[in-house]
Amino acid sequence: MDMNKQLYMKRRITSLLGLAFSMTAMAAGLAVLLWILYVLFSNGLSALDANLLTSDTPAPGTDGGGLRNAIVGSLMIVGLTVLVSTPVGILAGIYLTEYGDESKTAELTRFVTDIMLSAPSIVLGLFVYAIAVATVGNFSGYAGSLALSLIAVPVVMRTTENMLRLVPGSLREAAFALGAPRWKVSTFITLRAAKSGVMTGLLLAVARISGETAPLLFTALNNQFFSTNMGAPMANLPVVIFQFAMSPYDNWVRLAWAGALLITLTVLVLNILARVFFREKVSS
Amino acid sequence: MSEIKTAPKNAIEVRDLNFFYGKFQGLRNVTMDIAERKVTAFIGPSGCGKSTLLRTLNRMYSLYPGQRAEGEINFYGQNILDAKQDLNLLRARIGMVFQKPTPFPMTIYDNIAFGVRLYENLSKTEMDERVEWALTKAALWTEVKDKLGQNGLSLSGGQQQRLCIARSVAVKPSVLLLDEPTSALDPISTGKVEELVHELKADYTIAIVTHNMQQAARCSDYTAYMYLGELVEFGETEQIFFKPNKTATEDYITGRFG
Repeated sequence: MDMNKQLYMKRRITSLLGLAFSMTAMAAGLAVLLWILYVLFSNGLSALDANLLTSDTPAPGTDGGGLRNAIVGSLMIVGLTVLVSTPVGILAGIYLTEYGDESKTAELTRFVTDIMLSAPSIVLGLFVYAIAVATVGNFSGYAGSLALSLIAVPVVMRTTENMLRLVPGSLREAAFALGAPRWKVSTFITLRAAKSGVMTGLLLAVARISGETAPLLFTALNNQFFSTNMGAPMANLPVVIFQFAMSPYDNWVRLAWAGALLITLTVLVLNILARVFFREKVSS
Repeated sequence: MSEIKTAPKNAIEVRDLNFFYGKFQGLRNVTMDIAERKVTAFIGPSGCGKSTLLRTLNRMYSLYPGQRAEGEINFYGQNILDAKQDLNLLRARIGMVFQKPTPFPMTIYDNIAFGVRLYENLSKTEMDERVEWALTKAALWTEVKDKLGQNGLSLSGGQQQRLCIARSVAVKPSVLLLDEPTSALDPISTGKVEELVHELKADYTIAIVTHNMQQAARCSDYTAYMYLGELVEFGETEQIFFKPNKTATEDYITGRFG
């Protein structure tokens, strides 16, 4: 074999260099991530105790306290958001792939969705403040859910659309060939085939909104007391973290760290779930 | 004494059919009859329009804007190219099986029941019977009777294809369109599907597109040779394969071309 040794060496060196650069970049990214987690755990773990779930956010100057009201508030606001944005997002995604496809309406919807996806969340919060807080006259959990829905719907919609697009056309044709009407093909066959992908999109949307602060500042505001009334201002983790972290009280700061750790763990669990769902899809 | 041959009744009569993919013309003036309870094979090189012709017979092309057909396709006297034709009802009567197996993402049982539930309201026992009947027709019953609750995707490729045939048979259509049903299968599965075609023609009119000349010769009664969107020659399979009238047909089936 006639091998050009010089050329071979040159290529090996280029390859090693490329590998070195990308490994460094990867290490840098990973280091920052681990650093964040380390700081979060070292500050947050000490505040994780039974009181966290049983007592409410403390008044200024009082000792102890927990995050019960904020945790329940966050769960309710995010829960309502999921209830609203799941059907809207999935149905809109179905419209985009199965019905609209190339139509002008679909094109416009896609364009607007892309803008919504990249819109700063503070803008969406301000918008909901203008239409659902300023007009009504009080902050409310509902307004918070509305603001979060504006963030979640586009995410669910686009992932649903992309996942439905991955379903082979032959599967649709096979269902049509039996005489199935379009709505049945879309819901019983196509959506079912894309089920795990759509679930993944949903989980990622929840992960995305569970840490959003800006839209809640103008809408749900905060509440020092335990309340399940979504028509009134409602405590929630992101806003509590925002207010407590910069306060002069030690116990407040500790609670802020605990809240941050809680949200991070939730997002972590959601992401792991999303991966598990998606892996199932790939293996089937 | 000569045998008395009665001309078979036609299930489908294609008249002056022209088909367009946008500006491209996929079929040119195709006129042919598909006889009831016989197997009609469409052969020809890739891109000759045989699949296109098949897909006009159940109006599958109507799913795609930009594709259109001109002419007439009479299905027991009714022109199915008519704009008023209800496509879902048409497709329930003219079933189709595709090149690649396409089991639905549900259990084997539901794969069969899905189509049946569209147009019939059966009790649980009746549905059980129908599922068994269809799977038996497709020569799959003995292989899957103990795992009807399993996902259809868990079957082998050959079994999946027979599941798809069972699914089409289950809705009791009058015509079955098979679009290269064995091209993704191994020889043993292919043999099973071919046997199946032979048995199914007792009850169904079958049109089959195939790339495999031996397959056409083995399992069809009539053969249509197509080239560049035109129907070159159409007749009884024996005549097409042994005494073709046109040299183009002879060149193709003897392998000198194609």
